[in-house]
Amino acid sequence: MDAPIRRKKNTRRPARKSAPTPGRRKTPGIFRSRLRPLDAWLLHHLHVLVFSLGQLSRTPFPTLMTAAVIGIALALPSGLYLLLDNARQLSQSWDDTVRISVFLNIDVSDVQAQQLATKLQQRSEIQQVQVISRAKALAEYQQLSGFSKALETLDGNPLPAVLVVQPQLNPELGASQNSQVLLALLQALPEVDIAQFDMRWLKRLLAIMEIIHRSVLVLAALLGLAVLLITGNTIRLSIQNRRQEIEINKLFGATDAFIRRPFLYAGLWYGLFGAVIAWSLVQLAFALLQNPVQKLSVLYQSHYQLSVFSYQDVFLLLATGVVLGLAGAWLAVSRHLQEIQPR
Amino acid sequence: MIQFNQVSKRYPGGYEALNQVSFQIKRGEMAFLTGHSGAGKTTLLRLIALIERASQGQIVVNGQHLGRLPNSGIPYVRRGIGVIFQEHRLLFDRTIFDNVALPLVIAGYRHQDIRRRVRAALDKVGLLEKERSYPITLSGGQQQRVGIARAVVNKPPLLLADEPTGNLDPDLSREIMQLFLDFNQVGVTVLIASHALGLIKSLQRRVLVLESGKLIADQ
Repeated sequence: MDAPIRRKKNTRRPARKSAPTPGRRKTPGIFRSRLRPLDAWLLHHLHVLVFSLGQLSRTPFPTLMTAAVIGIALALPSGLYLLLDNARQLSQSWDDTVRISVFLNIDVSDVQAQQLATKLQQRSEIQQVQVISRAKALAEYQQLSGFSKALETLDGNPLPAVLVVQPQLNPELGASQNSQVLLALLQALPEVDIAQFDMRWLKRLLAIMEIIHRSVLVLAALLGLAVLLITGNTIRLSIQNRRQEIEINKLFGATDAFIRRPFLYAGLWYGLFGAVIAWSLVQLAFALLQNPVQKLSVLYQSHYQLSVFSYQDVFLLLATGVVLGLAGAWLAVSRHLQEIQPR
Repeated sequence: MIQFNQVSKRYPGGYEALNQVSFQIKRGEMAFLTGHSGAGKTTLLRLIALIERASQGQIVVNGQHLGRLPNSGIPYVRRGIGVIFQEHRLLFDRTIFDNVALPLVIAGYRHQDIRRRVRAALDKVGLLEKERSYPITLSGGQQQRVGIARAVVNKPPLLLADEPTGNLDPDLSREIMQLFLDFNQVGVTVLIASHALGLIKSLQRRVLVLESGKLIADQ
């Protein structure tokens, strides 16, 4: 039994001797037998990151289940948010085209209407004026309404000329304020019968969307909390399952931080996997929506395309997942690790 | 190395496991701790390994006053103590190598160094060829030797063993004790709680005898 002892001593000796030699002084910390605290710390972190991934992959099904639950919880608000974002983009493109329909008095002739249009066109707050002459209005009406027979029986053209006014948006004032002033101005003209916004409904839509936006935020907060609790509970269970390991680690001098780390990283992985699943789910859902949306937009003679996650959004989603996972793990670890002391 | 001054340990509920125990074990000494079960052997070891704190008295281990040590300092004291348990307490989901490597990983040794030291420790206990096996495939005596390899792998100056031969037959017990003698020979302080009285006698080392929490003999 003596020989192995000596061999052991021998293996240690070269390392000891070489340490004070000046030539080896400059060797980076990583090549020294005992790592400098920072190197050891970084290396350990990296090791634990991979190790905790390995531990999760050893039980792929439960891991996937947990990640899927987190994924769904994250997919719901992020998908809704994206949908809302799309709706907002769509309505913004309408907002640019807020127009005022100016119905002229019935006795204003097409020529007078044209003159008025030219005059209005020169105003700075008006971007464009389009004239729909009485004849044109009639033709359009006949074509669209299906009352062509009825209209033929009338003596004259019952429709007034219409000016479609596109306000010039003044960036210093809000869009609606701009248009309000202009509306009042147009209303005051002697030739004008009624001036009204085309797009009052748009404002209502925007108001409704604001409500939905708030609801999505509330939903996101609740589901975020759910993710926190899901990871927290999962980590709590794995702490209990690894009680023996934690005790042994403590007995051999592991610090609390050392023991905490694999659980925190497990939480990080859960959050990240959950976020990736959420991303895929939303991507899939939008891929399924793309076609019907395109059909609809063709019906509106538009080339509207559903916009999906930007890189920034994806990053934000993944970061949210990671942060929630970490936070959940932290909750569980700080509550339950202290309870485990070696026997 | 170990110094006890009037140390008492009272558990909640009034049970007194140790009563005014005083002794000193010098650096490089090897001693046995005996007594009936319930005499306080395990409690005494637990106080040294800081698994529990003394209710009264002063304990100094490796120059460190344990009573003054904050909880955050416990891990660093434990790194200087190798502990061996009767029931081995190996991690069954890890290979022998990983089990033995644990104290080195905790202390932040570099990968190649861990490899070298683990193999040296396994070689010492004669289980080098088993490094890739899992503990479940080993016999009780082999598992105990893995436990010993784990305790000595980072060369702690102090080894504590609680009934290390409790579940082993006499021949295996003798082998295990021989290992402890070997470690003691290279300067490690060893304290072993055991009630294998015959075996202890044959080794002719210092013996501390506990009875109902009191130190009644020191031979």
